[in-house]
Amino acid sequence: MIKNISNLGDAALYCDFGTEVNKEINRNVINYFNNLRDSNFLGITNITPSYNKLVISFDLKLTSFAKLKKQIENLELKKINNSKNNLIEIPVCCAEEFALDIKRLQELLKINEAKIYEKFFSKNYYCYMTGFIAGMPFLGDMDKSLFAKRLETPRVKVPKNSIGITEQFCNIYTFESPGGWNIIGKTPVNIFDNKKNIEPNLINPGDTISFYPISKLEYEKKYE
Amino acid sequence: MKKNMNKNYFEVLRPGINSTFQDNGRNNFYHIGIPFSGAMDNRNFLLANTISNNEINNPVLEFAYQGPKLKYIGENISINVTGNVNFKIIRKKKNLEFSCYENIILENNDCLDILSTNRSVYGYLSIGGTFEVDYYLNSCSTNTKAKIGANSGEKLEKGQIIHLKNIKKILPKNKIEYLNSKIENIRIIKGPHFDYFSKNAIDSFFNDEFNVTKLSDRMGIRLKGPKISNIKNTNIKSEGLVKGVIQITADGDPIIMLSDHGTIGGYPKIGVVISADYDKLVQIPPGSKIKFKEINLKDAETIFKLYEMETQNLISNIK
Repeated sequence: MIKNISNLGDAALYCDFGTEVNKEINRNVINYFNNLRDSNFLGITNITPSYNKLVISFDLKLTSFAKLKKQIENLELKKINNSKNNLIEIPVCCAEEFALDIKRLQELLKINEAKIYEKFFSKNYYCYMTGFIAGMPFLGDMDKSLFAKRLETPRVKVPKNSIGITEQFCNIYTFESPGGWNIIGKTPVNIFDNKKNIEPNLINPGDTISFYPISKLEYEKKYE
Repeated sequence: MKKNMNKNYFEVLRPGINSTFQDNGRNNFYHIGIPFSGAMDNRNFLLANTISNNEINNPVLEFAYQGPKLKYIGENISINVTGNVNFKIIRKKKNLEFSCYENIILENNDCLDILSTNRSVYGYLSIGGTFEVDYYLNSCSTNTKAKIGANSGEKLEKGQIIHLKNIKKILPKNKIEYLNSKIENIRIIKGPHFDYFSKNAIDSFFNDEFNVTKLSDRMGIRLKGPKISNIKNTNIKSEGLVKGVIQITADGDPIIMLSDHGTIGGYPKIGVVISADYDKLVQIPPGSKIKFKEINLKDAETIFKLYEMETQNLISNIK
């Protein structure tokens, strides 16, 4: 349930679902997101789900904070099957040239490389949200032994398709971008296809991701 | 060569610093990480299309600081430039001067040289017709980060050809007198993390001046001034952002989200710029100083109504 709805400036609502990060709260956020997408309330221009918040922006020419707040409070939630809860398998190549921060992680976590990868690949990850840059999935939760801080100085350019980890989360850099997550490998799969006009992103909030390791040779083959 | 005779196009002799095609922007894709984009200065975008007698959402060419130099090949076409812009037309080796906000007839072989925006950032070129551009997710707005929209998601490049279509046969003579006023105080509404900052930090946020730095673009404006120190946490769990949000980075510097901003962010939000001040905010060039002033939601809504009325008045006065 939404704990509180406040205004974010004069043209957006800020719905607070709590402070913790867990699947239960996040499923609630996504459920509201799907219901609001279905509701067609006048003036909504964007809805952004995240771990435990939902931000709704609107056209101030068409509606207002007070009007939309009332509509959302009175919204009757339906069970919507939009989130298909897909299981998506993503290959990752951990060759030295792609695993930019594996050495740093070994020192930081005091576990060897093989063990880091063993733990990383042994779990499935839940997609809490996508965004920041187009299609980037925020996935969790990592094994506790792999919780690592961000880089002190973020990279100016993280290569496209890099797999990064920080704290309880991992993600995939869908585009070359600045970023401070610890890079442990690279996937040959295009996560966001900017040629596709319908569903350009492969991973959606609510999906489950399973990473599996591939060799450099397989990586190169898949890229072709 | 013969084939080209019927075609109308611009050849890009100089691309300018950040010239992109824009329209009203892209709705409803924040949840997959695609920002709104669209023309930064909405009022000048609307005026450009209205002066051209175009549909309100027709693509325009937006430029920043130094605009493009374009050679025109084709039948006579009307164009207009909006913003606070210095430009000239070179016709048969003669320099012709014109004003913004009026339709001008371009002739075959004319060269349109958009020299600079004057004490401002963005300007717009609209034509009596349509730039032939690609659309992606219902908008032609170029987003150079996700490489989507017109021009394969890229800025204009030297030597490229911009094809034009639907050239208006009756050339409109519309114009309007309009002066872009400057703004010194940016009005904001408190953000959800206002209480992350000490009383001293809040005091200096509202009483001191901030410098607009060169690290400002379509994604955001980075400010330098007194450090806004945090008493709770310099990071939050990442959550949705909107245009105008002011985040305070871990270094204590404010950064204002603009049209191409990342859709989610992990810094505390001290405030949000009111919608009515957005067009003027984006036009503040690096090197300028700004001050923030807090207002409440009700006043912000009233000010927006007035701003919108003013825009509509301007549009209806175009003849």
